[in-house]
Formats: sequence, C-alpha cells, structure tokens
Amino acid sequence: MTMIKAKHQRLVLILIALAALVGAVLLAAWALRNQASYFYLPSDMAAHPSSPDREVRLGGMVERGSMHNEADGVTVRFVVTDGKARVPVRFSGIRPALFVEGSGVVAEGKSSPDGTFLADNLLAKHDERYVPRELKDMTAQQARQAVAATK
Amino acid sequence: MLAELGLAALWLAAALAGLQLIAGALALVSFNKGVGDGGTLAGIVRPVAVVQGLLAACALIALMGLFAQTDLSVKLVVENSHSAKPMIYKLAGTWGNHEGSMLLWVTVMGLAGGFVALVERRLPEPTMLATLAGQAFVSLGFYGFLLIASNPFARMSPVPAEGQGLNPLLQDPGLAFHPPTLYLGYVGLSIAFSFAIGALVTREVGPAFARAMRPWVLGAWVFLTLGITAGSYWAYYDLGWGGWWFWDPVENASLMPWLAATALLHSCGVLAARNALRAWTIMLGVIAFSMSMIGTFLVRSGILTSVHAFAVDPRRGSFILMLLAINIGSALVLFALRAGTVTEGERFAVTSREGALVFNNVMLSSILGIVLIGTLYPLVTEAFGQKVSVGPPYFNPMASLFFVPMVLVLMVGPLLRWRRDKLIRVRSLLLPGLVIGLAAAGLALWLGVKGLPYIGLVLAPAIAVASLMPLKGRNLRRLPLPVAGMVIAHFGVAVALFGMACDSAFSTEKLIAAHVGEVVAVGPWHVTLAGVEPVAGANWTALEAQLRVRYQDGDVFAMTPQARSFWAPQQNTTVSALHTRWNGQLYTVLGEQADGGRWQLRLWWKPFVPMIWLGGALIGLGGALALLGRLLADLKRIVVRDKIAYRRMRQGR
Repeated sequence: MTMIKAKHQRLVLILIALAALVGAVLLAAWALRNQASYFYLPSDMAAHPSSPDREVRLGGMVERGSMHNEADGVTVRFVVTDGKARVPVRFSGIRPALFVEGSGVVAEGKSSPDGTFLADNLLAKHDERYVPRELKDMTAQQARQAVAATK
Repeated sequence: MLAELGLAALWLAAALAGLQLIAGALALVSFNKGVGDGGTLAGIVRPVAVVQGLLAACALIALMGLFAQTDLSVKLVVENSHSAKPMIYKLAGTWGNHEGSMLLWVTVMGLAGGFVALVERRLPEPTMLATLAGQAFVSLGFYGFLLIASNPFARMSPVPAEGQGLNPLLQDPGLAFHPPTLYLGYVGLSIAFSFAIGALVTREVGPAFARAMRPWVLGAWVFLTLGITAGSYWAYYDLGWGGWWFWDPVENASLMPWLAATALLHSCGVLAARNALRAWTIMLGVIAFSMSMIGTFLVRSGILTSVHAFAVDPRRGSFILMLLAINIGSALVLFALRAGTVTEGERFAVTSREGALVFNNVMLSSILGIVLIGTLYPLVTEAFGQKVSVGPPYFNPMASLFFVPMVLVLMVGPLLRWRRDKLIRVRSLLLPGLVIGLAAAGLALWLGVKGLPYIGLVLAPAIAVASLMPLKGRNLRRLPLPVAGMVIAHFGVAVALFGMACDSAFSTEKLIAAHVGEVVAVGPWHVTLAGVEPVAGANWTALEAQLRVRYQDGDVFAMTPQARSFWAPQQNTTVSALHTRWNGQLYTVLGEQADGGRWQLRLWWKPFVPMIWLGGALIGLGGALALLGRLLADLKRIVVRDKIAYRRMRQGR
C-alpha cells in the first residue's frame, strides 16, 4: 500500500470521516422512519388502525370494570379508553404495581387483526412523582374526562 | 447551622472559581504580551483551584451530614429522605435527587481541577493557565445553576414531622456506587475539555499535550466504563424485567460520552506516539464533554421522565440548556477560529496502526451519531405534535452496522506497525482468529441461532483469540502495562459481546401462575414453589416466595424473590432473586396472587449472561492498568530528572 500523496492526506481523511458521518445520519433518518414506534390514543387507533407488524405505544386510562384475568393466571384483558374510543388490550406478564382500573397506562406492543392490542410491556405510574412521559399531559386533560366517562 | 455552613462554602467556592477564571485570563494576557511571567496573578491560579475544589467538597460533606441527621428543616431532606431509612441510603440519598446530584457534579469538577493544578507540571505555564481558566469557566456555570436555580440547602418552614422518603427503586446498594462513578467519568472529561481549550488558546497541540491529557481521559473513561457496567447490572436486577439495556434516553446519555471518550482515548494515543490527528483529537476532547453536558441536560431538564429525571421545574431545563449552548458554542467557535492554525501532523499509510485507529474513530463517531439522533428524534417529533419512542428495533441494527466493521479492524489494528505496514506480514497472526471464527460460525448455525446474536456469537470468539495475538513473541514478564491493558480491554470486548449474544440467543423464559408445591421447569432448572411468607425490613414489608431450585440432578437450594411494599413513600416493587453459576444465571421474580391460590412467577434461565458485566469490568481493568503504566512511567521520568539535577548540583555545575 503506497502512502497517499502527501499534500492530500488531510483532505482525504476529512472526506472519509465526513462521508461516514453523513452516511450514518442518512441511515439513521431512513431507519427512524421505519422503526420509530408511534404513540396512539385510543381515538387515534380507532381512526387509523396501526399495521399488525409495527410496534406502537397505546396510552390511555384503564376502563373501570373492564379488567378480566384469564384462566392461566398470568394473562389479563382490559380496555384502554380516552373517553372517545375504546381499545381492548391483552397482556401476559407481571403487572406494574400501580396498574389498577381507572389508572393511566401506556401499553407497548402490536395490534392484532381482530382489533385486540397485544401488549408485551405495560408502563404505569411508578409513584406520584414518576409518570410515563406520554401520560403527563393526559393526566391533566383527558384523564379527568376519561375517568368521568368510565365511572 | 450545618446548612448555612454548606451554603457559605458553596458561595465561596463559586467566588473562587470566578477569581480563578479572571486571574488565569489576565495572567495569560500578560504572558501573550510578553510582559514577564504573568506575575502574581499566575501564581495564585493553582492554589485557588485547589481551595475551590476543597470548598465544594465541604459543601457536599455538609449536605451528607444533613441527610445523615435527617434534618427536616432542610427542604431537600424532607423531600427525599426519611428517618426510618437505613443509614447507607440516607448518605447515598444525598445524590439521589436533582440538587444533591448537581452538588456532587460541581464537587467532582472542582476536585478534579484542583488535582490537575496540584500535579500537572509538564505543560508550558500559559497552556496550564488557559486550561485552569477554562475549567473555572465551566464550573462557574454549574455553580450559578446550583445557587440560583437549585439551592440544595434551602430551609423549610414549618418543619414537617417526617420526610417523604426516597424512591424505593433507588434504595439499593447500587445507589452508593453507580452515580459517583459515572459522575467521576462525566466530569473527568471536563478536564480533557479544558486541556483542549487550553491547547487551542495557546496553539500548543502536540505529543506533550496528548501525554498530559491522556491520564485524565483514561481515568474518566475507566470510571465511565465501570459506571455504565454497574448501572446496567443494577437495572437488570432492580427492575425485574430481565433485560440489561433498554436504549432508554438516560442510558444513552451515559453511552454517548463513553463512545466519544473511547474515540478520544485512541486518537490521543496516535497524537502522543506519532504527532498525528492533531485537530481531530482536540475536536473529540470538546465533543466528549459536550456529550456529558447534553446527557445531563436530557436527564436533568425534565423533558424526559424516568427514575433519573428529578427536575420538573422548567426554569432548570432552560438554565441547563443555556449553559450547554454557552459552553459548547464557545468551544466550537474557538475550534473553528483556531483549527486552521493547528498545523498538520505526521503522515501515514492506509495500512498502518494510525490507519486502523482512524477507522476505529470514524466508526465510533458514527455510532455516536446514530445514538444521538435516535435519542433526540422523539424530542424533535414531539415539538411537531407527534409522540414517538425509539427503541431496540432502531438502535440494535443501526449500531451493529458500524460496530461490526470496527471490531473486524480491532482484530488487525494492534498487530500493525506505526506509519506503514503490510497485511501480508501479519497474516500468520490473523489465522487463529479466522479459524476460530469459522468454527464458531458453523457451531452457531448448527445450534440454529439467527440474526444479530449469530453475528455476535461468530465475532466474539474470533476477537477473543485475535486480541491476544499482540502478546505473541513477547516476554510476558517485561510486557509494558499499557500493552497489557490494551489486550485485556480488547479481550473484555469479546467477553461482553459473547454474553450479549448468548443472552439473546439462548435465554429461556417461563411465565406461570403456580400452586404451592408445583414444580416448574425452565431450561435445565427445576423450580418448586414451597410457599409464600410475609417478611419485614426497616421501612418495608414484603411477600417472599420460598423457592426450592435444582440444576439438572444437582443439590436443592433456596431462592427468595420478594414483592415489597414500602410505606415512605408508599410504593410496591419486586425484588428479584438471582443465582449465578459459571455458565449462566437463574432469574426469578414473584408477581401477584392469581385466582385459586396460585402465585405468578416469572423465571428466566440466561446462559452466560454475567459475561456482559464481566467483560465491562475487564474493559475497565484494562484501562486502569494502562493508566497505572503511564503514571509509573511519568513517575520514573520525574525521579530520573531529579537525580540528574541532584548530581549536577553536587558536581557544582
């Protein structure tokens, strides 16, 4: 391998570094369009159902009286609502401590063809001070309506 | 009383930082005009830096004292502590909140600056003055932030009867270790930043500058590595989700400075040994600490919500953003003005040690770009009204795209000579790694592993073998410590990668509602639920599952995962129970009671997963050995120089 022509070396290095970084940025932009997981309220979900092979987040209030445990003891079905629309959700796993009827929840997962949202993770409030980011606005505005609607 | 003393110490430290900045700058001006040696002003900069660090430390100690006594007239203590909390969490709780953690930040920054002022004698005096003034400039911003927007010593009236307690997720020995380690790393990079500023101001970029900066970069990098490793393990056992990395913005905030510091460490080596990559090293020094500050901004501004995000006051967010803009902006402007005057370094061929290290730097910077964009993207889209989150489906493949070529070059780079070399020369050293890699590829294919874990399982053994090759033909007893450190750190990369790949490829999970007496099989384990008992601790009660577990036909032993209820603040957490063997870890979590007297259990068998953190620890150990080697060499040089001076004096020359 020969030495690069002396006076061009610095330029070549800068160009290679720039090319790699620009490549990284373009790749990132392309990947983000396909891989970012969008946040849906139940009414968004009703208006534009998400495709079943795409990870999304669904946030809302757990409707009162909608929680059912299945026979296997680890699967729970409930309905998430924002007061305008209702989405049935199914989740298998250990539930977060503050996950109860009437509380806010963010479910991570995918839609299934029959309209049930299959959650593989539930984010509920940790405690009074740590609320999932998506729930922050909601607890202020929609939550009150949602709770009122589901009472 | 203690609170007032602490606050006074903090104000004094801030005032001294101001003095350090002004005196340093004025002395520098008089140096530049050629009027003598900067005079008395130059003389006070170093002592002021030392005292400033000590005063900040006094303030931190005062705050720790307040937490230890649970002084409920102090607002911060009321909001974050409780008299019934065990002593270790009272003390460690000092930095388990926004104000305390910022105080820890300025303390570490002050002490690091003081330490530089005390020991660093290699650089020309003007460069040192510029460095210390730069350090004071950055510190001053953070002092202002503490004193104006987040005073940790604020009193409260009326005095409440009891404190509100600490988030139970933080009540863990990890809290005593993880934040201080990470902060030592974050803030250690501020020294590299200040050195870069000093070198730009005085145009002294060269091997001497790189050798002076390298121990600081190495030290910061070691602490960052250990802090991230510890944080990852803490999240793994504390959250009870069985995962060890979630690409959470807060985790990314610690990963980004690490990536920049890793690149800086390698380019610093090139600059020290070969006087090449001059402007690039300076740039990385600026970027590395900028990433620390961006991380702090993300974590502390309240735009994210997590266990780490304490601040909810929007004024704080804008204050940090302003600091960020001033510090990074002025550094970049300085760089833009002066980069042109940094003369070009030595040349090298594409196939050379330098070439490989440039490749490493470009790949690390690209990963940094990928992580940065993925972390900021949700904030940008939210500004346009669309909430998104970015997770593993983006980060894993995108980071791998640059990580894989980087580790391929890692196998070759350390074998190459400086300046120019030929691949043919090192082919016999590359063969073992290639053979092992091919064998692993076949084995993993036979085991049915696919996707990214497959790539990991192929690369890890190959890197492990290749990373040892620089030792071939060397006398191990006379091996320089930095070379040993490099080999161990590169080997650690292979070990950690193996752990990650095994975790993804071979983990088995069982989620079940079990009757008392039921036997559950997970991987090679048999787990029996013997019963569920109530237990109590200092500030919690819990339900504890009595598990009897057996590995294949081995002995039966007990494991006790708990579901804890804390009463101050009221909160429930799960406490997982883990059992570690040489070949993996059994991870058990107790959930709620289900219908029919059954209990929810979540069990994982994770083959070789502890390798992830073992690898991280090895990487840190490698860095520590290299640091020790550099420091010993410096010490030896100083001793020799003093001896020569002494002999000359005796001979009357």
